[in-house]
Amino acid sequence: MDLGTRKILDRSFTAVGVTSILLMATALLVVIVPIFTGGIGAIFFKGTIEHRKLQYNEFGKGDLDVLQRQIVETDSYREKVFRMLEAFEVEMELMEPDERSAYSPKYKKVRDLLSHLFGPLPGEMEPILLRYQYGVTRWDEAEESLHKLMFVTKWDYSNPDEMAKPYFVPRSEEFEGTALAGLFPYMESNLENMLLPEQTFYWGFITERSLDAHIFGGIWAEIQGTFFLAVGAMLFAFPLGVIAAIYFTEYAKDNFFTSILRSANSTLAGVPSIVFGLFGLAFFINTVKVSESKSVLAGSLTLAIMILPTIIRAAEEAILAVPKTYKEASLGLGSTKWRTIMTVILPAALPGIITGGIISLGRAAGETAPIIFTAAVSVGATIGLADVFSSPTPALSWNIYNLASEHEAANEIRHVQYGMVLALISIVLLLNLSAILLRARISKKLKG
Amino acid sequence: MQMTAEEKDTNKVAAPGGASREIFLPPERERVKDGGRPHVSAKNFSIFYGDFEAVKKVNADILSKYVTAIIGPSGCGKSTFLRAINRMNDLIPSCYTTGTLMFDGEDVYGRYTDEVQLRKKIGMVLQKPNPFPKSIFDNIAYGPRLHGVKDKKMLEEVVEKSLRKAALWDEVKDRLDRNALGLSGGQQQRLCVARTLAVEPEILLLDEPTSALDPKATAKIEDLIEELRGSYTILIVTHNMQQASRVSDYTMFYYEGDLVEYAPTKQLFTNPRDQVTEDYITGRFS
Repeated sequence: MDLGTRKILDRSFTAVGVTSILLMATALLVVIVPIFTGGIGAIFFKGTIEHRKLQYNEFGKGDLDVLQRQIVETDSYREKVFRMLEAFEVEMELMEPDERSAYSPKYKKVRDLLSHLFGPLPGEMEPILLRYQYGVTRWDEAEESLHKLMFVTKWDYSNPDEMAKPYFVPRSEEFEGTALAGLFPYMESNLENMLLPEQTFYWGFITERSLDAHIFGGIWAEIQGTFFLAVGAMLFAFPLGVIAAIYFTEYAKDNFFTSILRSANSTLAGVPSIVFGLFGLAFFINTVKVSESKSVLAGSLTLAIMILPTIIRAAEEAILAVPKTYKEASLGLGSTKWRTIMTVILPAALPGIITGGIISLGRAAGETAPIIFTAAVSVGATIGLADVFSSPTPALSWNIYNLASEHEAANEIRHVQYGMVLALISIVLLLNLSAILLRARISKKLKG
Repeated sequence: MQMTAEEKDTNKVAAPGGASREIFLPPERERVKDGGRPHVSAKNFSIFYGDFEAVKKVNADILSKYVTAIIGPSGCGKSTFLRAINRMNDLIPSCYTTGTLMFDGEDVYGRYTDEVQLRKKIGMVLQKPNPFPKSIFDNIAYGPRLHGVKDKKMLEEVVEKSLRKAALWDEVKDRLDRNALGLSGGQQQRLCVARTLAVEPEILLLDEPTSALDPKATAKIEDLIEELRGSYTILIVTHNMQQASRVSDYTMFYYEGDLVEYAPTKQLFTNPRDQVTEDYITGRFS
């Protein structure tokens, strides 16, 4: 191959490499940016008066004087809406039965939409579920609700070859000439006065428990659950993994038995996580009965089994990377094997072992499948440290899945879901960052 | 070196176990006090790596308190022999030995020999300086701590004494708490010697201790060996024949696993008995 061809080949390979890296970076951005903006939206948003009422009633936060003044102000605007409703009800009483029954469902729809905006309307019973006791807490949702109130969504089926297209008809047409006709322009121009949106920094999203299955409140229970599960898994897996790695590198002889152990360990690292989940259910809960049913303990044990092979591999490699001369020096001074391992080999291998450990911790925090059957519940209270042996816990990974797919109001609480994803990503990134820093620190200390 | 017949007789040491070659003590002025008894004795001692016989049926006595150099071309088994004395070859799974190797009347490869106790008495310094990634103080104190010295004062004494013996004290006394890896190569090597001396061994095994060092550092290590001569039995493997002739009292020449010649250094370098030895020391091969 001549020089020219070689150069062209080198250059084209560089181009291919750079392109693939750029592609990956773009894909990563496409994934990360919405998560970031959506997740930040759970903490920074325009909160309505309803948000502040909820915060005061349920968590005792906020300034009562200001709140009362604002309630008086908003109620004065809302009062006019309620008057119009009353007037329309009186009008309906006087209608012919046919006409009345024609208006009745349309009117009910309007009432439903209004109570979604303002909470229970006057004369209605206090609802039992928390989610019906307050109006919209977020201004972006309020604007959506307003749009629903202003327009009726209809579907255009005229072209049978295409999907039906929605189009919007002003709802005011339905109430032309009645006492309710004035409601729509009034709502449109006064919604802000009725809800008083303010830029809100809702730190409680991270530190508060969730209310009414994540409709309101924060995600503290999930964060704490994730923390318990991951740390619990490390408590089991880290010592076991390091001991196993010491055995493999320093004590195991090269024979059939240890080669089987080694390949078993490598195979275990590739087993799908759902299998570990089923194993955890079958072994830890049904056979060993570490707890009555799902519990943090069972989940931690399952996660520990899952990350054990990774920890063993990382620790093994770290120990093998320690220069052999350290070992020779120590043994040459009359040290025993055990003493050499404890005082020379492990300290020198520590950066690698810790890095492996923390990366496994991140993996344990993010895994969903192993905890589905062993530890996770979708909605649960924050548990205390004493409950880890018996109680299941909500956890970020499982709740992200749950909110995305199974939650009854999945569409209305996307911000909570994004917030959880952001929290989980931040936790894992923080763990990895601390691994890098810790490693750098210890290596620096070792190198002098 | 010419010796008179009379001198030969008086200086002759009976090689124990019927060793095939005679060993002579150096003339009076070079003798060391209380030295000259067989400290390490090999009898039909062979070392194998799997099927390969790296050292073949060696019979030799290494005399106490003298400096013995081991020379020979690469792969001749000189390092293997050295590392067999403190059983460092145990780290290689396929390595085993036949024959006997006695250290102070104790069988080094005996069934009930505690190699950890043995290594306390046989210190070793390797080709590449290998200080632990710890402070200078902790490096020296590693051995004493291992053997139960906990008192801070005593440790400080041992550290100072060992560093002085290794001629390193003046250079590092102000920075004992610094990491040993920050020292220069020559300093690191002397630190390794000091670390070994801190355990108070009887024998020092030096495995090409200067091959990774510059000439200046090499000279310092050689001065150090001269200093320690008479206090410790020293065995030094070296590639450098000038070094062997400078520092040693006796020289062993290995070739392809055989101990070809073992004689007082001057005699070996001036009047070798064996043709191969002569070819090697005159540089016909290396």
